[in-house]
Amino acid sequence: MQGNRVIGEAAIRAGCRFYAGYPITPQNELTEYMADNMRRAKGGTFIQAESEIAAVNMVLGASAAGARAMTSSSSPGISLKQEGISSLAADELPAVIVNIMRGGPGLGNILPSQGDYFQATRGGGHGDYRTIVLAPASVQELADLTMDAFDLADRYRNPVLILADGMMGQMSEPVEFSEPAPRQYPECYVLNGKGQGKSKFIRALILDAIRMEEHNWKLYRKYQVITQKEVRFETFWTDDAEILIVAYGTAARIAKGAIKRSRELGIPVGLIRPITLWPFPMDVIRAFAERVDNFLVFEMNTGQMIEDVQLALAGVGKVHFYGRPGGVIPTPAELAKVIAYHARKK
Amino acid sequence: MKKIFSRPKSLKTAAFHYCGGCGHSIAHRLIAEAIDELDIQDRIIGVPPAGCAVIAYNYFDIDMLESPHGRGCAVATGIKRVLPDRVVFSYQGDGDLAAIGTAETFHAANRGENITVIFINNAVYGMTGGQMAPTTLLGQVSTTTPPGRSALLDGHPIHFSEILGQLPGTMYIERCAVNTPANILKAKKAVKKAFRYQMDNVGFSLIEILSQCPTNWKMSPIEACGWVNEVMIKEYPLGIIKDSKR
Repeated sequence: MQGNRVIGEAAIRAGCRFYAGYPITPQNELTEYMADNMRRAKGGTFIQAESEIAAVNMVLGASAAGARAMTSSSSPGISLKQEGISSLAADELPAVIVNIMRGGPGLGNILPSQGDYFQATRGGGHGDYRTIVLAPASVQELADLTMDAFDLADRYRNPVLILADGMMGQMSEPVEFSEPAPRQYPECYVLNGKGQGKSKFIRALILDAIRMEEHNWKLYRKYQVITQKEVRFETFWTDDAEILIVAYGTAARIAKGAIKRSRELGIPVGLIRPITLWPFPMDVIRAFAERVDNFLVFEMNTGQMIEDVQLALAGVGKVHFYGRPGGVIPTPAELAKVIAYHARKK
Repeated sequence: MKKIFSRPKSLKTAAFHYCGGCGHSIAHRLIAEAIDELDIQDRIIGVPPAGCAVIAYNYFDIDMLESPHGRGCAVATGIKRVLPDRVVFSYQGDGDLAAIGTAETFHAANRGENITVIFINNAVYGMTGGQMAPTTLLGQVSTTTPPGRSALLDGHPIHFSEILGQLPGTMYIERCAVNTPANILKAKKAVKKAFRYQMDNVGFSLIEILSQCPTNWKMSPIEACGWVNEVMIKEYPLGIIKDSKR
């Protein structure tokens, strides 16, 4: 099944009952899948919105009204959604936002890229907030992480981003959908009319500086908990590794191919693959630095995650970089050459 | 002794922060009266905008979700589609609705969303200090049109209600004012009718309310009410623009 469609199917199975989107390549199959299938889900709504901005704001309304809600887009469209993502974070509303990244900046192109790492992991919009960022590296993981994204969004009442690229969205692989856990979302956060109780309101505007500060610190404490509890990563061939590649998503898949080739040549190289890009597996990378000196950050951009790796290492060890931006898909053979070069220099 | 007049149940006891003579407080009150009379306080959800009415949730005793600037109709769409049996309204100013929120308003209307929009037209950006709005009249002085709005440089006042009236998806649109007791009563009737249409699943309704802004117009409240009559209504005539059930 194709990656984009898998996200849609996993979302519906996870109980997503509201989807609004706007056409943009390379994620159109997801929007079309939702158009085809959302209506078969009981009480499900699909809207082709007039813009990315409208789509994310519809999601804001739907989420406040108690629905599991999702929108999706690709890089330029995600820039437009930032107003709404910032509002969702401020309002403490759950939502899942999918970014099937393409080349940029500006309109760029429609080919796979990882150019939106900074935007995704630093909040993306204005104000002091974070979003949980999940980076799948297979179609199976697209399914699993999409389901998890809804749970995480509910648990922390915060937007969750799925950060994949055009390669992940377009490729087809076998997939098995797991049984989702029943939704646990306290009714007290749902805005559905005051009934006989007290009226509720949800707002992002807090004019009083002290109360705004309190709200910022409250969000900060939540982000601290997420940082402590939700870090996810995979290690691959790291036990005896003397060079460690750090890569995520499509780049991590390519890295695995390159590592197999390098291992055949006797080069001891392994991989750390962050699955959550925020929170970033800082401690894991720092711990590896106790015995590994050489880190090779590999990204499909000009170097963004490398800043987090450098932050994690805090000056310990050597950090190298190899990247191909603009929609170029590097090959395992190409990366294996880079690995060999660093192995010789070491 | 029978009590014949009191604060509407759907308003909290907080004092309005609006300037003296501002039309917002009148509009709030008549919406609250309409909610009470239709007995929908328990199941109405309001969407306040960015602008002077941004903290409307401090005044209305109903569930409310603040919208980012201009996105009221998109936010209301999301709520209404999830909760079709609730009454959902968005409350928006002229800049919010007819400038930054043009697309969201136009397309919600075109989809025929079964929501109600209260459109406060005071011909300026109030909260930010009196800049030109899309509805500012030709020749009207604002802080961003110091010599008066020029058609050549600043464009023309937008008649958004008439534009929406052209769309097959809109069911009821009326322009009202809150500058005289008679106009206030008509406005309340219109709001009530719009809510009733929504409850009957008729479709998209919008009530435009010409609203005085004495502070930014630099007039006394009485002068401002007069200006609505003498100038504003000539540009934006009152009355039903579209009523699909008539």
